[in-house]
Amino acid sequence: MIEVKDIHKTFGDNDVLRGISAKFQPGKNNLIIGGSGSGKTTLLKCIVGLHEPTKGDVIFDGQNFTDMNFEQRVPIRTHIGMLFQNSALFDSMTVEENIMFPLNLFTQMSKEEKLDRANFCLKRVNLEDKNKLFPSELSGGMKKRVGIARAISMQPKYLFVDEPNSGLDPKTSILIDDLISELTEEYNTTTVIVTHDMNSVMGIGDNIIFLHNGEKWWEGSNKEIAHTDNKELNDFVFASKFMRAAKAKL
Amino acid sequence: MREMVSVGLGSLGIIAIISLFIGAATTIQVAFQLSSPLVPLSIAGSIARDSTILEFSPTISSLVLAGRIGSSMASQIGTMRVTEQIDALEIMGVNAPGYLISPKIIASMTMVPLLVIVSITLGLTGGYIACLVSRVVTPADYITGITDGFDGLTVRVALVKAIVFGFIIASICAYQGFYTSGGALEVGQASTRGVVYSCVMILFADLVITRLML
Repeated sequence: MIEVKDIHKTFGDNDVLRGISAKFQPGKNNLIIGGSGSGKTTLLKCIVGLHEPTKGDVIFDGQNFTDMNFEQRVPIRTHIGMLFQNSALFDSMTVEENIMFPLNLFTQMSKEEKLDRANFCLKRVNLEDKNKLFPSELSGGMKKRVGIARAISMQPKYLFVDEPNSGLDPKTSILIDDLISELTEEYNTTTVIVTHDMNSVMGIGDNIIFLHNGEKWWEGSNKEIAHTDNKELNDFVFASKFMRAAKAKL
Repeated sequence: MREMVSVGLGSLGIIAIISLFIGAATTIQVAFQLSSPLVPLSIAGSIARDSTILEFSPTISSLVLAGRIGSSMASQIGTMRVTEQIDALEIMGVNAPGYLISPKIIASMTMVPLLVIVSITLGLTGGYIACLVSRVVTPADYITGITDGFDGLTVRVALVKAIVFGFIIASICAYQGFYTSGGALEVGQASTRGVVYSCVMILFADLVITRLML
């Protein structure tokens, strides 16, 4: 489980996060949603240590991550997988080398074992025959899937996903959502997803945190979200005519 | 190793071209300025040799290398920053500055001196070719000039300069790339800043090393 306690983050005079506390349970898809500039990605970066919170604590299974230095964080980082918004695949490496990169760093596996693991991960994301391609030769959806394959190569306990559907067509978006959801169940990972895609919210949102102006405005499941009377959340989720019509039918 | 190949072999062509032409032009210009019957023409060879070894090969080559490999380093690392590849390394627990910048500094400090040695050789060869073609100095006078009174200190100074310049190019340009934020525009700006700052620092270090060693 990951717990964030009273997280504040300030950039200059701009208070981006204002005292956010939340718990992210293992085996569940924990979604952080909110409008642009609400602090979703900043919160995610504070959790994984890419930003240092101005105040507050991030706790991974009882270990206070915020108090640790770079070296002390490494054992926890070996259990973290992350899918970035633009996939962040290493341009100079093939698909296979990208997936084997964390294995080369943190395991004593033989080359054959690492290749087997890379092939397994690629098969898991339905990209069996793309080992030798470079990221520039892949479509956006393929890059996301390779990013997922790299994220799961170390069998992570914690999976972080930043905007998994950005730039993807609706069908591929659903495919990526389903894949993340399946992997969360399969590895019992604590999965934290930053999104503003309503299909993801309604489809895989086991636990949803809604941020507004850097504060936690609402928390609940995808089943509860349709019946909330929270005005800001309703304005966000049911902004489109389609969603309002869908809500009216509920 | 890959960095060394990129810095060394990748820059060999441009270094060869500028060294040959600078060596040739220097010899002709020095001969033109020594057109007094009281000065033996072999002096032109000596002056061209020392100018090439002490200044033209290490400094001009490094300024050109700052443009070629420095901008490449800054834009490569800057692109990794803006496409979150550096974030990905940090998430995995990799010390990103050490992983990305150290190999470039080592490669640059190793390969720039080698390129400078090549540049000196080709610069002097360029001077010889200029003598053969233009006849402003006879090839025999030129050979006499470049061999007479040779002091090994000049080569040591050139190599010290090359090592320092190699460090300046890689560290400044990699730093500029590493701390880029934004997008393609900022990557280009970081690359430009890296080249400009390294050129200024090369010229400053050139003055300091020359003053200290000569």
